Amino acid sequence: MPLLQVRELRTAQFGPIDFTLDSGGLLLVAGPSGSGKSRLLRALADLDPHEGEARLHDMAMNDMPAHRWRAQIGLLPAEPAWWEETALAHFPQPPSAERLERLALTPALLETPINRLSSGERQRLALLRLLARAPRVLLLDEPTANLDPDSAARVEALIAEYLSSTQAGALWVSHDPLQRQRLGARVLRLPEGRILPEETA
Amino acid sequence: MTLIELGPRELGIAALGVLLLGLAQAAMGLGLTRSLWWSSLRMTAQLLLVGVLLKSLFEAATLGWVLLMALVMVSLAGLEIIHRQKRRLSGAWSYLLGVIAMGASALTLAGLTLGLILQTEPWYTPQYAIPLLGMILGNTMTGIGVALNQLTQNAWQQQAALEGRLMLGLSYREATLELRREAIRSGMIPVINMLAVAGVVSLPGMMTGQILSGTPPLEAVKYQILIMFLVATGTGFGTLLAVSLASRRLFDTRERLRLDRLA
Repeated sequence: MPLLQVRELRTAQFGPIDFTLDSGGLLLVAGPSGSGKSRLLRALADLDPHEGEARLHDMAMNDMPAHRWRAQIGLLPAEPAWWEETALAHFPQPPSAERLERLALTPALLETPINRLSSGERQRLALLRLLARAPRVLLLDEPTANLDPDSAARVEALIAEYLSSTQAGALWVSHDPLQRQRLGARVLRLPEGRILPEETA
Repeated sequence: MTLIELGPRELGIAALGVLLLGLAQAAMGLGLTRSLWWSSLRMTAQLLLVGVLLKSLFEAATLGWVLLMALVMVSLAGLEIIHRQKRRLSGAWSYLLGVIAMGASALTLAGLTLGLILQTEPWYTPQYAIPLLGMILGNTMTGIGVALNQLTQNAWQQQAALEGRLMLGLSYREATLELRREAIRSGMIPVINMLAVAGVVSLPGMMTGQILSGTPPLEAVKYQILIMFLVATGTGFGTLLAVSLASRRLFDTRERLRLDRLA
């Protein structure tokens, strides 16, 4: 049974969209600005009203309370919000030094006031904040948009490792054709909603 | 001491102050004069009307009339709550919410006070029931108005942070914990301030009125203490209930933040 099954998903902005995602699998999402990529992720996290059906294993979205669904289908928006004074206060338990190291972050950043972190640091910390809750599916909205090539490669590697070690799946919105080639996965094209095979150079 | 009766001469002299103030403000171009004069006129008419109304109510003194009066007071207070919010919940909800919270809090409290504390005979004796309800209701209304205004404004401003919490799998109750606390605090602060300065800086209106009409100060003070407790309790529980209902309404059954429900 696939990890995530989506059927006839639609809102006023996009759809209908159909796809399945296997355990450990990755599906890239691409399309021009305004084609509904972020909207699709929000609908999958059940943050926007929508029609259609989504199932995690054998459980339909509407069969469980919305917060339990979101705990398992974790959304990382393009501009993650912070509400406590430091990043650390957002974590259920502090991230391991090893994980920080892998994203080239230092433990001191966890206790630095949020508004003194760079946008790239905030973006990487937001990813760790999401992974700390161990979601079964990651919805990633351009997780490397504010990052230099080295940090972007570290993020790609960490996510790949998370998927293979936890058998979670991911939808990954990426604007960058080179990144899509590197990640080597099927591509969901918006606004048409067609699934294309892996991109090649 | 006998009560000094006020007539058109006495009130007219006092009104002269408001008239002069309006002229001074007009000269300064504050744009307040019209509403100052209009509200003063309205206040005079409203109070005269309620005086006449209370006179006949005290004479009739039937349960039906007392309840009707209470109902009218709660309904008008509900409208006032709506007017005090910059971004209120749209539709009838905004109104019902305030009325339910005030009804559950102020009406219950006034009823209990009459029946258990004052033990008036009959319990709805309008000379006690109406002023008592009026004082509890007035403060409860203010508390609820302030708290709801704070709640909806903050929800609007903190949309990203609220949804950020939802994305991490928090329930709407968990996600709005700080939001609700802030709203309740802001609704309660005026009451707590009032308690703190009562008798020291300000002499509360009810007590002053009783003293002016010849009640011994110590008796007037005890009534004032009773009223203060009731006002604090009524405002507190009314605010708790209103904030709880309103924050529920900011989310739909799938715990999505629905700012489109704000007008």
